[in-house]
Amino acid sequence: MDITSPTFKANARVALADGQLQKALGNVRAGFIDKRRKAVDALPEFEELRDRARDIKNHALEHLDLYLETYEAKVLSSGGTVHWAETAGQARDIILDICRKADARTVTKGKSMITEEIGLNDFLEKNGIRPVETDLGEYIIQLRGEHPSHIIAPAVHLNKEQVEADFRRVHDHLPDHRDLSEPEALLGEARRVLRSQYFEADVGITGANFLVAETGTSIIVTNEGNGDLTQVLPRVHVVVASIEKIVPTLEDVSQILRVLARSATGQEMSVYTTLSTGPRRKGDVDGPDEYHVVLLDNGRSSMLGTEFQDMLRCIRCGACMNHCPVYHAVGGHAYGWVYPGPMGAVLTPSLIGVDKGGHLPNASTFCGRCESVCPMRIPLPKMMRHWREREFERGLNPATQRFGLGLWAFFARRPRLYRLAAALGIPVLSLLGGRKRRFAWLPFAGGWTRHRELPAPESRTFMQQWRDREAVARQAGR
Amino acid sequence: MSARDTILGKVRSSLHAGANDQTRRKAVEERLKKAAPGVVPARGKLPSAQRVALFSEMAGKLSASVEHVRKAADVPKAVTEYLRGRNLPSAVRMGADPRLAAMPWGKQRALELRPGPSDGDDEAGVSHATAAIAETGTLVMTSGAENPTTINFLPEHHIVVVDAADIEGDLETVLARIRKAYGKGRMPRTVNLISGPSRSGDIEQKIILGAHGPRALHIIVVGG
Ligand code: SF4
Repeated sequence: MDITSPTFKANARVALADGQLQKALGNVRAGFIDKRRKAVDALPEFEELRDRARDIKNHALEHLDLYLETYEAKVLSSGGTVHWAETAGQARDIILDICRKADARTVTKGKSMITEEIGLNDFLEKNGIRPVETDLGEYIIQLRGEHPSHIIAPAVHLNKEQVEADFRRVHDHLPDHRDLSEPEALLGEARRVLRSQYFEADVGITGANFLVAETGTSIIVTNEGNGDLTQVLPRVHVVVASIEKIVPTLEDVSQILRVLARSATGQEMSVYTTLSTGPRRKGDVDGPDEYHVVLLDNGRSSMLGTEFQDMLRCIRCGACMNHCPVYHAVGGHAYGWVYPGPMGAVLTPSLIGVDKGGHLPNASTFCGRCESVCPMRIPLPKMMRHWREREFERGLNPATQRFGLGLWAFFARRPRLYRLAAALGIPVLSLLGGRKRRFAWLPFAGGWTRHRELPAPESRTFMQQWRDREAVARQAGR
Repeated sequence: MSARDTILGKVRSSLHAGANDQTRRKAVEERLKKAAPGVVPARGKLPSAQRVALFSEMAGKLSASVEHVRKAADVPKAVTEYLRGRNLPSAVRMGADPRLAAMPWGKQRALELRPGPSDGDDEAGVSHATAAIAETGTLVMTSGAENPTTINFLPEHHIVVVDAADIEGDLETVLARIRKAYGKGRMPRTVNLISGPSRSGDIEQKIILGAHGPRALHIIVVGG
């Protein structure tokens, strides 16, 4: 997909002015936050499980090479095949090769962010193979030629009227007068249309939430059942997963499952948790004849051993974006690549380079809500700060920001001068602010004031007020 | 160098680890050998009768319907009545599970039994669960000719029989059972943990039952 992360600011401006999008984004705030809270409150051991989950992944990452080897051996011994891909391009070629060998014309797909990351659909299409997304949200955005705007709710940026219009446009073999006004009708229609596709497909591609070293098992966690039909009906099942999905044992998976669904959708368990180990066995009457795993690095191995290693604990639950005021305001597409929200702001520069993804870590208010809800206790704000520092070191910030920070540094080293300048500046701003004491517009700060008002400063500097408070406190103490 | 060796090499160098570091190897071996359960919530740790009650309650919350019968021989009648109550055709898809096969289906004259995996045209399918989990109201299904995986997903109505004695408190207990049955480090081809009927919230975050999998999940608990 085209990367538009470098124009994050412009993307955000468009998003903020998009009425449809703003209406749809209301569903994120309403749909996820309370449900998560309730599910968390209903499990007294939740915080303890978060610690466990963090420790499990830390251990797995510290021993990743060894667990990958164990996992591979187990997949082989259960009759599966493991393919290793350093880059997105290698992964695409491997998958195309598997499809060609299977004479595939149609490929069904379960929801998978990794295949978004490697741009699989476009590539297969260019090579004459038709990919069919089967998750309802993914199906909708495939019809629209869009990309997911949320890692677990790909079509969250849309309203039902938009979906209805798309279904009428694409499903033109169905009667014009059918009623599609309610989500139920839309889901029913998608279900009927996709049913035949599962049977038609020669290859089914899914992602994986976990890869279990102990048993060579891949696991998907879903609600719709499409991922299961995708993997059980075609002759060939391909699992595409990045290397950090490895977890040592089934017991470890069980721990993380308890925090995953609660953090994602507020469910205690997703409807379907499916553990797959190898292809069809002797005596089986269904299931795929071939089982392939494509293990993708694509930049992860370089994150190990750096300040971004913790990011590899991410289980893609989406809680950080569900609780992010920036995501609530601009939605997922503004982030310009596959992964939005706080997790995307940290991951994107790691995976596509700070030159392209470097603006994203600035898309944060540092309110800390993402870290407080992250089931894997990933210090997202801290990592965004790391990126900002790196970006600044490399001189990638816009000139005005560098100038501003440079100016601040100049004054910071000269505190007397700083206090003087601040004391002079404040009355000016405070006068300009008028009686409302808010600015709807300020020179050089259009990016800020276009969508919110800047409060005018109090009439005295922080330092002045601090001295006064101290004086009062000292008197009171006497 | 193969992609495999490059990736493993990069991982090692990023972690500053030698390929033959014995301490690391030992840590991994130990961990795999022990497969220690971690924090297991108190919720499921109950005596068996309460476990069954909790399972039914949790499955109900997930919009599954739950019914209890006294003995295995009562199942065919319960299935017939379920179909009749919902005006469904009197036919079910069913695998070769010996526990199901031993039930008196012949007494349900009008009921047609279709053997084998589902072909996508079945209104209803019957499976026997390997186990169930009280903590979350989850069914545990394992693949094979006994209970083909397609029956879990293709029919509109999935009817699942579970022995009360197989309802465990938590997933950890079930995993230990699977490990015992299949051998350490081995697994059935597919294990499906099923918590309620299929659903989607992809349109305006409104949860609707009956996405690509079954619209309805009916659980028949035997005994207990
Ligand atoms: S960073 Fe944390 S909260 Fe965000 S998706 Fe990953 S695991 Fe979930």
